[in-house]
Amino acid sequence: MQDIISLISSSWHWSVSGALIALTMFLLLYAGREFGVSSNLRTMCAIAGAGKRHDFFRFDWKEQRWNLLFIGGAVIGGFLAFYVFPNPEPVQISSATVTYLNSIGISGPGETAGFTSYLPAELFAADQIFSLRGLVSLVGGGILIGFGTRWAGGCTSGHAISGLSNLQLPSLIAVIGFFIGGLLMSWLFLPFIVSL
Amino acid sequence: MRMFFYLLLGVFFGFVMTKSEAISWYRIQEMFRFESFHMYGIIGTAVVLGAAGVALAKLLKLKTYDGEEWSLCPKAFSVPRYLFGGTIFGLGWALTGACPGPMFTLLGQGILSLGLVILSSVFGTYLYGAFRHKLPH
Repeated sequence: MQDIISLISSSWHWSVSGALIALTMFLLLYAGREFGVSSNLRTMCAIAGAGKRHDFFRFDWKEQRWNLLFIGGAVIGGFLAFYVFPNPEPVQISSATVTYLNSIGISGPGETAGFTSYLPAELFAADQIFSLRGLVSLVGGGILIGFGTRWAGGCTSGHAISGLSNLQLPSLIAVIGFFIGGLLMSWLFLPFIVSL
Repeated sequence: MRMFFYLLLGVFFGFVMTKSEAISWYRIQEMFRFESFHMYGIIGTAVVLGAAGVALAKLLKLKTYDGEEWSLCPKAFSVPRYLFGGTIFGLGWALTGACPGPMFTLLGQGILSLGLVILSSVFGTYLYGAFRHKLPH
């Protein structure tokens, strides 16, 4: 039993993770739905009353309740995986990445005592919410995600997983876009934003 | 009952995203810096198995639980919306290290700053809804 718990708690091999993500997509398809998380952001706008101003948000959001429950579940899943089955080891990333991040002033996984090893404290610690660097990355990053994903009509789940699985050329173009943006950010803009 | 299934599936998804470490900002940087295979392995496995399963489902004409067609509508072809929208999303993905699923999963791990990312992404979606008539699609 102890073995099983420690196996569940540790980080999983990429092939296991990938297979279980595909399984999630198939279970949603079998239920008559689609695997697409970013639609929830539009639903939240609709619930907040954005339909009064823009017809893009004028739809029956109750049809999307299942998806809200899905992300509600994803919050609980994160809680369980982090607090009930915690991984005792910090995230093991490439030493080349750690060296680079250290060189631009970002600590590596597990290097900040008392902070999750999944994220750097320099951007995500609660007090960063009130710093210029934190505001630019948390608010700016969030706006880019919300605006971009709706313009592109989907995010990683809708395009990279569902769309590519269905051999959709538009999804391939979207994923190429994801990478153009991601490479520009990681290689060009990130060091500047971190130095704020 | 059906609603409970979606909640449970979400719990499963959040658990998988955490243990796969796809929720980690570090894993996303590592991916965009091409310094590890981990994220490519996850997405690649999901897409290969997903494509095989979708092809099989089409071949066998599998129905949903309610006996209907699977939601596999082709997406309308165009370039600008996918390329430009995708690029803007990619900028945000690499900066916050989180796409829309992981944002919520990380919130469940008690990282309150993700709440600000979620609120901002809802606002970003609102901005798109407000200005979409001016954008190429």
